[in-house]
Amino acid sequence: MNHLLSLLIWLPVLGAVPVLLCGSNRPSAARWVALLVSVATFAASLALLPGYDAATGTMQLAENVSWIPSLGIHYALAVDGISVALIVLTSFVTILVIVGAWEVIQVKTHQYMAAMLVLEGLMIGVFCATDALLFYVFFEAMLIPMFIIIGVWGGPRRVYATLKFFIYTFFGSIFMLVGLIYLHHKTGGSFALADMAQVKLSMTEQSWLFFAFLIAFAVKVPMVPVHTWLPDAHVEAPTGGSVVLAAIMLKIGGYGFLRFSLPIVPDASEAYAWLIIVLSLLAVVYIGYVALVQGDMKKLVAYSSIAHMGFVTLGIFIAFLLVRETGNTEAARLGMQGAMVQMISHGFISGAMFTCIGVLYDRLHTRQIKDYGGVINVMPWFGLFYVLFAMANSGLPGTSGFVGEFMVILAAFSANPWIALFAAFTLIIGAAYTLWMVKRVLWGDITNPHVAEMKDINGREIFVLSSFAAAVLLFGIWPQPLVHLMDASVARIVEQLALTKV
Amino acid sequence: MSLSLSILLIIALAPLAGAVLAGLLGRVIGRAGSHTVTILGVGIACGLSMYVLYQLVWGGAENFNQDVYTWFEIGKLHVSVGFMVDRLTAMMMVVVTFVSLLVHVYTIGYMSDDPGYQRFFSYISLFTFSMLMLVMSNNFMQLFFGWEAVGLVSYLLIGFWYKRPTAIFANMKAFLVNRVGDFGFLLGISAILFFLNTLDYQTAFDAAPTLVGKTLQITQNHAWDAATVIGILLFIGAMGKSAQVPLHVWLPDSMEGPTPISALIHAATMVTAGIFMVARMSPIFELTDTALSFIMVIGATTALFTGLIGIVQNDIKRVIAYSTLSQLGYMTVALGVSAYSGAVFHLMTHAFFKALLFLCAGSVIIGMHHEQDMRYMGGLRKYMPITWITMWIGSLALAGTPFFSGFYSKDAIIEAVGESHRWGHGYAYFCVMAGVFVTSLYSFRLLYMTFHGKERFRVEHKKHGHGHDAHHDDDHGHHTPGVLEHAPHESPWVVTLPLLLLAIPSIAIGFLTAGPMLYGKWFGKAIHVNEANDVLAELSHEFHSAFAAGIHGFSAWPFWLAFAGFAVATYIYLFNVALAGKIKNGLKPIYELLNHKYWIDELYFAVFARGGVALGKGLSKVGEAAIIDGAIVNGSANLVQRIAGGVRRVQSGFLFHYAFAMILGLILLLGGFWLIGQ
Repeated sequence: MNHLLSLLIWLPVLGAVPVLLCGSNRPSAARWVALLVSVATFAASLALLPGYDAATGTMQLAENVSWIPSLGIHYALAVDGISVALIVLTSFVTILVIVGAWEVIQVKTHQYMAAMLVLEGLMIGVFCATDALLFYVFFEAMLIPMFIIIGVWGGPRRVYATLKFFIYTFFGSIFMLVGLIYLHHKTGGSFALADMAQVKLSMTEQSWLFFAFLIAFAVKVPMVPVHTWLPDAHVEAPTGGSVVLAAIMLKIGGYGFLRFSLPIVPDASEAYAWLIIVLSLLAVVYIGYVALVQGDMKKLVAYSSIAHMGFVTLGIFIAFLLVRETGNTEAARLGMQGAMVQMISHGFISGAMFTCIGVLYDRLHTRQIKDYGGVINVMPWFGLFYVLFAMANSGLPGTSGFVGEFMVILAAFSANPWIALFAAFTLIIGAAYTLWMVKRVLWGDITNPHVAEMKDINGREIFVLSSFAAAVLLFGIWPQPLVHLMDASVARIVEQLALTKV
Repeated sequence: MSLSLSILLIIALAPLAGAVLAGLLGRVIGRAGSHTVTILGVGIACGLSMYVLYQLVWGGAENFNQDVYTWFEIGKLHVSVGFMVDRLTAMMMVVVTFVSLLVHVYTIGYMSDDPGYQRFFSYISLFTFSMLMLVMSNNFMQLFFGWEAVGLVSYLLIGFWYKRPTAIFANMKAFLVNRVGDFGFLLGISAILFFLNTLDYQTAFDAAPTLVGKTLQITQNHAWDAATVIGILLFIGAMGKSAQVPLHVWLPDSMEGPTPISALIHAATMVTAGIFMVARMSPIFELTDTALSFIMVIGATTALFTGLIGIVQNDIKRVIAYSTLSQLGYMTVALGVSAYSGAVFHLMTHAFFKALLFLCAGSVIIGMHHEQDMRYMGGLRKYMPITWITMWIGSLALAGTPFFSGFYSKDAIIEAVGESHRWGHGYAYFCVMAGVFVTSLYSFRLLYMTFHGKERFRVEHKKHGHGHDAHHDDDHGHHTPGVLEHAPHESPWVVTLPLLLLAIPSIAIGFLTAGPMLYGKWFGKAIHVNEANDVLAELSHEFHSAFAAGIHGFSAWPFWLAFAGFAVATYIYLFNVALAGKIKNGLKPIYELLNHKYWIDELYFAVFARGGVALGKGLSKVGEAAIIDGAIVNGSANLVQRIAGGVRRVQSGFLFHYAFAMILGLILLLGGFWLIGQ
């Protein structure tokens, strides 16, 4: 029997133990052990690619052990193309976060590194779980290391931010738990997602469950209007925390919609698709304007994340309009695939943007845009990366940021041209807030004397930024490998959308 | 015989390789190394482009249309990167690489003192790559890639002198205004996918006739014609890139970039991408008279009204910039009357003579030690004879002097508009006719103010020695206007050689190619015109030879309008210099209107820039802070706290409070049970 998925989850979690054992007196050892563990995990995650058969798109590499027999809870894991992509993203970003924190985290280094590894394992667990309760356990458990990362290594208002982050997300998931217990009852004692997808549910039941899931995942994504924890959490989080938060944790919201709302409550999802679409478009337009006026770079990028995640929810839910109202499954696949590509791509771009801001913060200890200006004069190599990622954030073709948005806008037009019109507004507002920030930070003459003393990026930072850059460019120039990995799985999900459960 | 994919790949990738080498290894390979690799890359691309054109026109090669690799594939939708090369593409490739090559050479001289030398070469080579990807594409995705990539390089180059506040404002403005166009463009591409189920050119063009009769549901009881929606949306993209009113505002500001890129990007190539695109999409545009009328009216408006602004400009580059806007308007009008070949032909002639004019202006600017204001020039012809002669050639071509290249292209456009019966043709005809006078007026005004008349500058030698470095300090304001530290001088050969090489096509290309390209169906199937719309075919009956057309040109209206412009400019700027000031004062309101560019920039800035920021601030304050966080999130936290505060008071710690509560509870319980029992 194949235990690759278990290995992927428990290698980083257990790998955190020796990191912790290094203790606070040997930070260098802790860094190296953590790096070793994360590289090993990444290597193991790459083994998924040949191990997974992308042609069928089914759930594969399954493991299933009864965990709490009296409640019918199983330790059940399996992956499809979408999970594989997200797992590889997770292990890739974790390496960069650990390298990125190398000299930056000086206090309790071993604990920071260990928390990152535990977080990595739990996030991978979320992407593998096929038992709803196991999913829930990982989903909740992952809050703990993130809570610690922000709470211990965060900024001055970290207590407010961590509490807001924790209560917000915890508040959301409680409803999901109630929903899951109800479903457990309906399926006759099973928490398996596959069983839940089979069970017949009336429209009323579906509606209740839909909103229970919606609250849980909308907070995670986050969607307007339950997004306000994100800017605060980002501002206070250390760079690595922000990177993981934006690059991976937000994706769990989108992933949740895919695994829970769509297969379990398809009819309610269809009935309320308009709500999600409106909220997604609000994320693009309303959040775009809010992002424009932020004076804090991290807040700006946090808001921009919300706007970009709007394309994820939009791409997922326009599929309902396309499949059920016009029968256009081709466009539905395009939109859904766009949402998935957007998730992966945003992982790279937001991770890179937060790393860039971290680079600046490490030098000047401020995130305020007005404190900068003319950085290009002293940091030309940094400028190269900053402009590249800013352009990716603005959705420039040739970068991965374009691919997902392009697909979603194309598909949205087929659903309803007005949706495409509002979604395409990101072309203007996204470029406006990103380039205005670039103008004020990078270009111009140096006005702040401290900026004149800033040193260009060092080898370690170049490694992190160029790794992100390579991914952003690769999937921008040639998205087909990523699309192919997920295509069959996306097609299966779209097929299921057509089946009613009432 | 057919074209080979590897040649086309080399054409596209050679400039990219040069750009990467000069950009990333600029420090290592040095200045000479950087300009060598980039010139080599673009030179290879230019030579092979000419070979491709030769093969297509004389070598009997067939049109090329092949995918290079799959970009993505979802279900039946297959999106690729690939090349479509026919005569239209090949002509664009030659124009782009030829002008780019000359601009590369010119840059050696123009940027010789600039610390960003390597970076500049890297950018212009990257631009050449992007532009080639745009014109060589065989599908809409890659078209959009090239479209945005040239926009990126334009952004980087306008802001090349990134210390200048005006430059970094202009580049952001250019990018954002272009994004407004791209917004429409992307929706147009979405509409094509929706109606035709493909992003591949050939498949889409073959299926285009099926658009007839299809509609797009806009509201419940309202539907728009599919081809018209697609046409207008795509054209909005062209309005951004080709700077048509009302999205023209970025182009004059783009003059903040170094002059070589004004010639290459903002005159000869990138700004004509919109024209090229519409010509390429002719099978779709031919289906919609409404969209074509829209295009014609927008083009006519741009042609006349931006030209008028050119008359009152004093900055030598800005005059040419407004001239470019106006000429792009002419090309757009030609598209609007279905004279696609005319538009593309004018695109080509204009690329040569306008690049020439910009490079001449650059030469003047170097000669004048970075003075751009024509009020402090005059009499330069004796200092810089080559620049003087070549600029005259460029201006004569621009003004449409018979036998010069601009004559053939512009005359054809004017006559085509005259032949057209599309809605709005009367207005368009008036605009393009009046535009001839205007063009001639600002062109000769520029020549006289720069090269003729009295010298309006003086030379004061300063004691302390300094080289050119001081001048490249990126600002204009370090010297007193009209005072030079050295006498003006002719530019080095790397600058004048490109001028001479551009002067040749500016004179001759029209005479040589007007017959086949305008009237001879030279483009073949690359450009599709419905028979009923084919105004150029009508005109071809009257066209016998380029020579006869040139002779006939002297007796036609446009020539005399141009002559009138020449006469007025000559009188005012050569013989009666005081008159200009009198006219300016006499027509104060009109002068102010033109000098402020109809206040469009101010309007946009107030509404979109300030308005957008104000809206954002309002939303942050009200939506984010007050409603969501204030009322809901922290509000519910406060509510919990308040309830908890109330409940906490019960926990007073006094024994008698608890005893009292117990007794009260007991009474209530017992009372309750008693009541139920009753």
